[in-house]
Amino acid sequence: MSTPTKVEATEPATQPTPPAGNPIVGAIGDWWAKVRGGDAGSLPATLGIIVLVIVFASLRPNTFTNAFNFANLIHQAAAVIVIAMGLVFVLLLGEIDLSAGYAAGTAAATMGIVVTRWGWSWPLGILTCLVTGAVVGLLIGLLVAKLGIPSFVVTLAAFLALQGVLLKFIGEGGTIPIRDETLRAINNNDMPVWLGWVMYALVVGGYAAIVLRRGAKRRAGGLSYEAVQVTLAKIVSLAVLLGLVTYWLSIERSRNAAVTSIKGVPIVVAVLLVLLVGLTFLLTKTSFGRHVYAVGGNAEAARRAGINVAMVKLACFMIGSTLAAVGGIMLASRDNSISPSTGGASTLLYAVGAAVIGGTSLFGGKGRIVDAILGGFVIAIIINGMGLLNQPSSVVYMVTGLVLLVAASVDAISRRRARSTGRV
Amino acid sequence: MTVPEAAAGAAATTEDAAPLLSLRGINKSFGAVHVLQDVDFDAYAGQVTALVGDNGAGKSTLIKGIAGSQPFDSGEYVFDGHAVTVTNPKHANELGIEVVYQDLALCDNLDIVDNLFLGREVTKNGILDEATMERRAQETLAGLSVRTVKSIRQVVASLSGGQRQTVAIARAVIWNSKLVVLDEPTAALGVAQTEQVLRLVRQLADNGLAVVLISHNLNDVFQVADRISVLYLGRMAAQMKTKDVKSNQVVEVITTGRSDAIGGITNGNGELK
Repeated sequence: MSTPTKVEATEPATQPTPPAGNPIVGAIGDWWAKVRGGDAGSLPATLGIIVLVIVFASLRPNTFTNAFNFANLIHQAAAVIVIAMGLVFVLLLGEIDLSAGYAAGTAAATMGIVVTRWGWSWPLGILTCLVTGAVVGLLIGLLVAKLGIPSFVVTLAAFLALQGVLLKFIGEGGTIPIRDETLRAINNNDMPVWLGWVMYALVVGGYAAIVLRRGAKRRAGGLSYEAVQVTLAKIVSLAVLLGLVTYWLSIERSRNAAVTSIKGVPIVVAVLLVLLVGLTFLLTKTSFGRHVYAVGGNAEAARRAGINVAMVKLACFMIGSTLAAVGGIMLASRDNSISPSTGGASTLLYAVGAAVIGGTSLFGGKGRIVDAILGGFVIAIIINGMGLLNQPSSVVYMVTGLVLLVAASVDAISRRRARSTGRV
Repeated sequence: MTVPEAAAGAAATTEDAAPLLSLRGINKSFGAVHVLQDVDFDAYAGQVTALVGDNGAGKSTLIKGIAGSQPFDSGEYVFDGHAVTVTNPKHANELGIEVVYQDLALCDNLDIVDNLFLGREVTKNGILDEATMERRAQETLAGLSVRTVKSIRQVVASLSGGQRQTVAIARAVIWNSKLVVLDEPTAALGVAQTEQVLRLVRQLADNGLAVVLISHNLNDVFQVADRISVLYLGRMAAQMKTKDVKSNQVVEVITTGRSDAIGGITNGNGELK
């Protein structure tokens, strides 16, 4: 981010500091100092992804690393990632939402009912789904923010109640099929290859434009700025990484290309990108986002600063449940149906795990939207890779539980470290 | 020795211009407990007015009334030449009154700039204007001669106690406030950091603000205050100039509500004879 380059301790912060020595080495040094100080950021998740990929790739070289499985991985991860994005808002407050999984299922069920049973169009179906999510969030938020009931209790109650609502909507033992082609396409189909590359160009170009412009503005305004070399290195790294991913997804991955051709970036990636950019903007560039962090860091200080703490909490729970509803759309799209177990089982714990593994603190005040994506991939890789290793569910659950525990431990340890070195 | 302050003021220099804040006959009760009784209190622009008194003397009640968080029951509240009725903290902020409470109410997970502008962020087209905020933060800290922070983009958790106090005080003055009330700003600080904060308190007054300093530490008071007001059991026992009194006399007023030695130069509530 906008980490200033090295500032001598005696110098006032007012001077833009010309980078001394090799700026890239300096930036890496600063980053390492931050990690050692307890602000690990996305390091654990990134390391986790690398280690897991190496492990599974060496154990199942043919099946794990092929493009087909990679696309599959993205489809598997999408719902968990989106639900985790919603949980980031709630976790930032230092609260928890245990009902997110069934909120996803219930919202998806309302979509299934209006589209499949009542014959509404798919946009109305999605709208219904999102409104359902928002209403669930509103109720939870009112109980937590206005009545002051601990969110653990409120959302545990909602977890049970929504499970019942979902069962009621669908009927015992039944499922609601999704026949609408558009809804099915969301988490099953791919973009044309050219569109994938257009999106790639937009993402890399957009990122470059934003960071370069910010650097230039800060420089012009006499503020400390990141060395241009560091910015360029970041842009190039992103371009190479995303280029590889796009290339990989653009090659033919159908077993029989003559019958059906499967290639291109999955549509769901575009949805994830839009959510990533939009929600990151909301959290980092608006007053509302700043207030979310403030409430999570010190609610009393936020209140005294004139922030309407109850409104911020209410909004976060509504955003959380609405995003859970988006996750529900992805679950329903992937399965082509909604069943009483949609969003149930381990969906919620995977989503919480994704946010925490990504680096969002369970103690509030620290977290980013991108955490949900990184952590979501860690979870998805474990589930996917264990499946390829033909491990029984028992082992998958145990390993996933262990990973969540490790992530929570990293969170707690880095928090203690941060206390002792004066960072949070 | 028996010169009323009005007469003494005539002999003094321009420092006795009209007070920025002038309270007359303030009363405040909580149920049957009459916490403040006919209290008069003045604070002057460009001067540090120390408000001292034993625990339970009514210091906190007085500043909460000034800040509007617990409005007075009766009495005259004159600010900047106008009689005003301050009924909530927001109103006080609009007048230019800021209070820095003892627990500084900073967000540890946010950086200095974020904390300075918390709740009053500068936005452009709905987007946070970080550059403007950072510049104004720099200007404010420079105006307070603060040179101890390494980067204003440090998170507040990484700051020392004195630096945190500095941030809290800077937050109070960044909105061009006129009166700053500091509640025990040095209570939890070591020697060097106390020095640093006291310098800052002096700097505020030298910048033209009226500063009200609440403190239990008379060394601090004598180091920076121009005037000392002593509350005793809900009454203003004495308002005096620091140069006219000695530490032991102030202690006597704090503990007994009166001092024969300085009886003549008080203009408390006329209670002393």
